[in-house]
Amino acid sequence: MKRTLKRAGLMPLLFAATATPAFAQSIDEKINSVFASATGWFVNLIFSPFPGTSFPWIVAWLVVAATIFTLYFGFIQFRAFPHSIALVKGDYSDPDDAGEVSHFQALATALSGTVGLGNIAGVAVAVGIGGPGATFWMILAGLMGMASKFTECTLAVKYRNELDDGTVSGGPMYYMTKGFKERGLPGGRVLAVLFSIFTILGSFGGGNMFQANQAHAQISGVIGDYPGVITGVIFAALVFAVIVGGLKSIAQVTEKIVPIMGVLYVGTALIILLMNFNMIGWAFGQIFAGAFTGLGVAGGMAGALIQGFKRAAFSNEAGVGSAAIAHSAVRTKEPSTEGFVSLLEPFIDTVVICTMTALVIIITGQLVADPETGRYILTEGGTIQTLDGSSGVALTSAAFSSSFGWFKYILVIAVVMFAFSTMISWSYYGLKAWTFLFGESKGAALSFKVIFCLFVVVGAAASLGPVIDFSDAAIFAMAVVNIIALYALMPIVKREVWSYLDRLKTGEIKKFN
Amino acid sequence: MTNTIVVAYDGSDSAVRALEFAVDRAKHLNGSVVVAYVLEWSPYQFLTPDEIEQRHKRRKEELKRAEEAVISPMIAKYADSGVPLKPVITYGHVAETLIKIVKKEEAVQLVVGRTGQSNLSTRLFGSVASSLAQSCPVALTILP
Repeated sequence: MKRTLKRAGLMPLLFAATATPAFAQSIDEKINSVFASATGWFVNLIFSPFPGTSFPWIVAWLVVAATIFTLYFGFIQFRAFPHSIALVKGDYSDPDDAGEVSHFQALATALSGTVGLGNIAGVAVAVGIGGPGATFWMILAGLMGMASKFTECTLAVKYRNELDDGTVSGGPMYYMTKGFKERGLPGGRVLAVLFSIFTILGSFGGGNMFQANQAHAQISGVIGDYPGVITGVIFAALVFAVIVGGLKSIAQVTEKIVPIMGVLYVGTALIILLMNFNMIGWAFGQIFAGAFTGLGVAGGMAGALIQGFKRAAFSNEAGVGSAAIAHSAVRTKEPSTEGFVSLLEPFIDTVVICTMTALVIIITGQLVADPETGRYILTEGGTIQTLDGSSGVALTSAAFSSSFGWFKYILVIAVVMFAFSTMISWSYYGLKAWTFLFGESKGAALSFKVIFCLFVVVGAAASLGPVIDFSDAAIFAMAVVNIIALYALMPIVKREVWSYLDRLKTGEIKKFN
Repeated sequence: MTNTIVVAYDGSDSAVRALEFAVDRAKHLNGSVVVAYVLEWSPYQFLTPDEIEQRHKRRKEELKRAEEAVISPMIAKYADSGVPLKPVITYGHVAETLIKIVKKEEAVQLVVGRTGQSNLSTRLFGSVASSLAQSCPVALTILP
């Protein structure tokens, strides 16, 4: 019955939209201008630079936090790396717990929420503005971000809420309230409410509108331009079917295809790199040279650094607190184990996948440099001139297609699938924040889900500029609040983790396989 | 060497015949029967965030259902047979887990039905019975 309703609801809308494209086009424009004027002040606040510089304070905020966590936990991301792999492989899983969510599953689900457009479009944006040097800062931010992710996920498991029926609810809002109370610190509740509000905004922005927007851009790039409202309505109907209708089959298909797409993407990138292996050294040369001199990009070294840090943070979400919500639902006796597993996320997402994308763009010569000076040619907008003038997903697509013409079609499917799985993940994060604010009732949950679906349509219809700005702003606002809480609670994580590592050393925590 | 026989039991008709056969054999051997119910589960299967949240609750429900609706009635049925029956309910890859149970219980024989609760994947990739025929370390009896 649900299916009939869906079809009945969708068809007239689709028909109306296709029959009067001019009308739909003007809706697009209207949504766009209302959206830009409504969110501008928020974006400006989050991205305002330090006085007298062009360096946004928020970028420093994230990097300083990642550095502090890295030092405070004694480079835990490198020391515990082998143990993290062993946990994911199931070496420490009690066979009696078979049937519970495994560490592998928790990691895979969290990854399917973060791996996506950030790795394809975001990297292209970073390299397109910041040049190859942005890659260096992106990798560095990814490596440091592993410590932030580790801290937040350990806390999320430690302070999650277990309901009587065996389900769990967790995330930064719970460690903010419970953890602050335990340490006798004030303000936990205020932070939790702020975090929840920003999470809801983030789930509408980067977790939803940005995804719908880029998915539409990809589809219309292949089949020809048409109003974004149509893509929006179709996507909204599919998301609605999964999150409201509980239509598991769609989610299951996505969850199966997404990893295949991920492997195909990385595999193709590897093949392109192998085909051009003699240029890999040159590409890294460009990356290092660009990291410190800027190679003529707008803003010089700072420009490359800001772009790299920004896109890394947006892609792996370390310090943002979103993955903490996903990881908190896992059953484990030791909160630290989930922290160890989660630190692999920024590694896979940023250090591996994002770097692949950047290398392919650089090696296939998409960025046009002046043959005499070796510096990149800039367009009027301050971005680097690309071979065919493309940016974002289109730039990545052009880079991959220059080696394999068919890849652009694969990329369309990948983008649509990544977008969809990211939406499903973020609908869950947003919902957790929503129910934290408004209580765990069916009505509250349904109202969030319906609003979420409406934003899918808005995202597909609005143009990229305002959407990407708002997405970044909302997600970074989550990080502002989350990182304050992480600073306050990091001694608890230290106690927890040191005790775990001691017991691991003495053999109290034993291997099963 | 014990005289333990492991029987794979999932409530299907051929599993009922397998259990009957195993109890009969155990009687002759003066042995015991381990009634194993393995719920198909892979730690590498992908789940949505919602499914992860629900998993612990679902697992509890599945185990309870397996215990109450599938295993207990059969244990009760053979209570007077004189053969001790021990239930084992667990999760995992069915064939691999059965072999693990056989080794752990030091069983002399494994009895399975030819067709269990089949689904599309067993039709595509072969049944539990046929993969056990390739890898079972003790005598294997497959009941039709």
